[in-house]
Amino acid sequence: MDRISLTLKVWRQKGPSEPGRLVSYELKDISTHMSFLEMLDVLNEQLIHKGEEPVEFDNDCREGICGMCSLVINGLPHGPQKSTATCQLHMRKFRDGETITIEPFRAKGFPIIKDLVVDRSAFDRIIQAGGYVSMNAGGAPDANNIPIAKEIADEAMDAAACIGCGACVAACPNASASLFTAAKISQLALLPQGHPERKRRARAMVAQMDAEGFGDCSNHAECEAVCPKNISILHIARMKREYLRTIFTA
Amino acid sequence: MKLDAKIPDYPIQDIWDKHKFELKLVNPANKRKYNIIVVGTGLAGASAAASLAELGYNIKNFCIQDSPRRAHSIAAQGGINAAKNYPNDGDSIWRLFYDTVKGGDYRSREANVYRLAQVSNNIIDQCVAQGVPFAREYGGLLANRSFGGAQVSRTFYARGQTGQQLLLGAYSSLMRQVKLGKVKIFARREMLELVLVDGKARGIVVRNLVDGKIERYEADAVVLATGGYGNVYYLSTNAKNSNVTASWRCHKKGAAFANPCFTQIHPTCIPVSGDYQSKLTLMSESLRNDGRVWVPKKKGDTRRPSEIPEDERDYYLERKYPSFGNLVPRDVASRNAKYVCDEGRGVGETGLAVYLDFADAIKRLGRKAIEDKYGNLFEMYERITGDNPYETPMRIYPAVHYTMGGLWVDYNLMSTIPGLFVLGEANFSDHGANRLGASALMQGLADGYFIIPYTIGNYLTSEELPKIDTDHAAFSQAETEVDERVKKLLSIDGKKTVTEIHRELGKIMWDYVGMSRTKEGLEKALEEIPKLREEFWQNVKIPADANNLNKNLEFAGRVADFLELAELMARDALNREESCGGHFREEHQTEEGEAKRNDKEFSYVAAWEYTGDGKTPKLHKEPLEFKYVKLTQRSYK
Ligand SMILES: Cc1cc2nc3c(=O)[nH]c(=O)nc-3n(C[C@H](O)[C@H](O)[C@H](O)COP(=O)(O)OP(=O)(O)OC[C@H]3O[C@@H](n4cnc5c(N)ncnc54)[C@H](O)[C@@H]3O)c2cc1C
Ligand code: SF4
Ligand code: FES
Repeated sequence: MDRISLTLKVWRQKGPSEPGRLVSYELKDISTHMSFLEMLDVLNEQLIHKGEEPVEFDNDCREGICGMCSLVINGLPHGPQKSTATCQLHMRKFRDGETITIEPFRAKGFPIIKDLVVDRSAFDRIIQAGGYVSMNAGGAPDANNIPIAKEIADEAMDAAACIGCGACVAACPNASASLFTAAKISQLALLPQGHPERKRRARAMVAQMDAEGFGDCSNHAECEAVCPKNISILHIARMKREYLRTIFTA
Repeated sequence: MKLDAKIPDYPIQDIWDKHKFELKLVNPANKRKYNIIVVGTGLAGASAAASLAELGYNIKNFCIQDSPRRAHSIAAQGGINAAKNYPNDGDSIWRLFYDTVKGGDYRSREANVYRLAQVSNNIIDQCVAQGVPFAREYGGLLANRSFGGAQVSRTFYARGQTGQQLLLGAYSSLMRQVKLGKVKIFARREMLELVLVDGKARGIVVRNLVDGKIERYEADAVVLATGGYGNVYYLSTNAKNSNVTASWRCHKKGAAFANPCFTQIHPTCIPVSGDYQSKLTLMSESLRNDGRVWVPKKKGDTRRPSEIPEDERDYYLERKYPSFGNLVPRDVASRNAKYVCDEGRGVGETGLAVYLDFADAIKRLGRKAIEDKYGNLFEMYERITGDNPYETPMRIYPAVHYTMGGLWVDYNLMSTIPGLFVLGEANFSDHGANRLGASALMQGLADGYFIIPYTIGNYLTSEELPKIDTDHAAFSQAETEVDERVKKLLSIDGKKTVTEIHRELGKIMWDYVGMSRTKEGLEKALEEIPKLREEFWQNVKIPADANNLNKNLEFAGRVADFLELAELMARDALNREESCGGHFREEHQTEEGEAKRNDKEFSYVAAWEYTGDGKTPKLHKEPLEFKYVKLTQRSYK
């Protein structure tokens, strides 16, 4: 089993309105089989034994699906491995003696809570604005009454795969939430269930995205590059069309 | 404490319909006068909160994560069952009912399971209407696949992300109700106490995980949907935040805990790679359709798999179970992996793994076919282990996956505390001693969308529920308890971290209350657990303070509760002198080494009453009657 030593530079910040800074830590004897978060667990155990405060970072499923983990690793949201959330990244992707900088997702819409933990509740509010089909339990027709071409269902699933992590925002020079918002608008625009409300939905969700302080999309495509679920920027194009539809066919 | 399941006495097909008719309704205009707390935003909690809000109730909905969408349900992969019979292959409500009772090894209630099968079809309709992108055939209709324990194709799925899509569906309905002002979400909150007024559940006390403040919330009823307790083993496939705290605190306030020893161990997980391991990852069971499980015949054989010739390999499942081979049920596959590793024939660095080999399948079907079927799973495996399963066999090992036990509930999903309802994995109700694949998602959504909306109304109209507010003495007392506990935890300032103690607990549980249990082992666990609990309360070290985001403090509280639950699990396992489903007592096996039930003496739900710290809990038995499904012994030879 390979073991490596690392220097970590970790963003430490006590609270939302406290100043933050990068703090260096040396770590030895790290197995390359460890996941990135397990490496941070090791750091935290050492800090606790020394009587220091451990580094706070969000995580839950540790298998790339809940969207809770959220680090910027050496300048890249979710780190260097493509299509991989932070929790799925393993230490074999790093070299012995390497310095790794770890920072929180940074965006006006994602205020820092502590250390590497940020507040992403803005995403919930964007969904609240219209990311649903307005139907109540009990009133649904038989599931097979709504046939949907396989290609369309598959494309809707591609969009629906978004885990709401916010890496797209953290990577965007404008801190735009377009990829996240577009993924939901696109899923529901593709499916017949979403059609009755498509205009209202696009308008409301885009407005909410603006109200949360996220920037505009100017086609940098950095979002797509870091997205752990390969959400395509074609969905942003579809969102823009959906939005225009609300203006021209009102 | 008296257990009354309140199952109406009608023919099984009619029970739910007649019961729904007999339940008292709340007048639509009155619904908005009632407040309901829902703790949990997984499939069960989110579906319940949204559906109750749609009816007009005012809902406060709590979760630990930063958003309701991140509940552990999001990680479910395989699918959700329903009795639609779309493939025309002979499925029916009756067959789903029958398979589930049999799969649970005859330790669940027939009436509950029948209702589950009945509403299963509504769930699929509901989810499709929400826009859940289930897999489809070219003709545009829904696709199905088959899953363990069934001979029909009744599982609906959305790639390998069914839980995610179902949860996002429920979450979208929930977000709509937030917008409409009927639901208020309290994220990053942890429920730490249940508040009882006049013996009824009337509120909760939570810790705000961001600023550490203790908060009080009142309601006319409390719905708990806080998931399972698999993390008592430290390592499991559950998310890191999954825990038993909410259920356990309710247990200590009077809610009976049923069948705590019924846990499910999943046979195909990625093995532990080192002592830093923080959780285990499930590999879909479907892999066993094409992979062959084997270990070397020789003990301590450290050769690479490719260097071990065919005649020195032991394909032990095919050898022992010629007719089912690699497709034996979960518990049988898991136990046999343990046996070969115990014999010293396990593989990999730790010796705690067996091979799952695709070489034959690749030869037979071609690499492309295997890639089409399992490509994403192979990728995930490679990402985690660094090995390429097209070239070298996968290494797998069983891991704790699901807990069938939970708070006892009656047919209305109400616990032994009036006004406390329990849904989803947190209750014990439908899976008996073993849950079939794709049935947990079904149960969580059945409870939330289609059962609680009917049964809670009856409670609200039948009971006197005087207005209270959070200044009530019961709230102050609950808050003081929480406060003192937090202070106590922080004051210990010992030498071991929370994780270190949790790992030790996990090891005791895995060794003695795991896949294969004995009287001696369980008695040993009953000695070790209290010792470890004592050490925890004297020697744990929690850094920082309580007025802040402090993950270690959160985990400390959860581990403290696990240390109590663990003892109850061992006690329950010791009491149950039989083998059934996931509970295997070595003393009780057939000559062929299979689980041997003792229906005469143990055909009951074991519901435990808390009697005070350090006191032996009291066992209450709810007898199980099987009027419709004939009891048989399983055999997979
Ligand atoms: C890897 C994996 C794959 C699976 N695949 C399948 C599958 O294919 N098919 C299937 O049917 N089943 C599957 N299961 C099982 C299934 O996913 C779960 O049983 C089910 O999702 C549980 O849902 P739930 O709503 O009861 O609880 P959870 O989803 O666990 O939700 C619990 C909720 O309670 C909250 N909570 C907990 N404690 C507190 C507290 N003290 N205070 C406040 N909030 C609290 C949490 O924040 C969360 O919101 C799988 C399980 C795993 C681990
Ligand atoms: S679009 Fe991709 S990067 Fe953005 S929130 Fe969704 S999964 Fe994360
Ligand atoms: S922890 Fe869930 S996606 Fe990373």
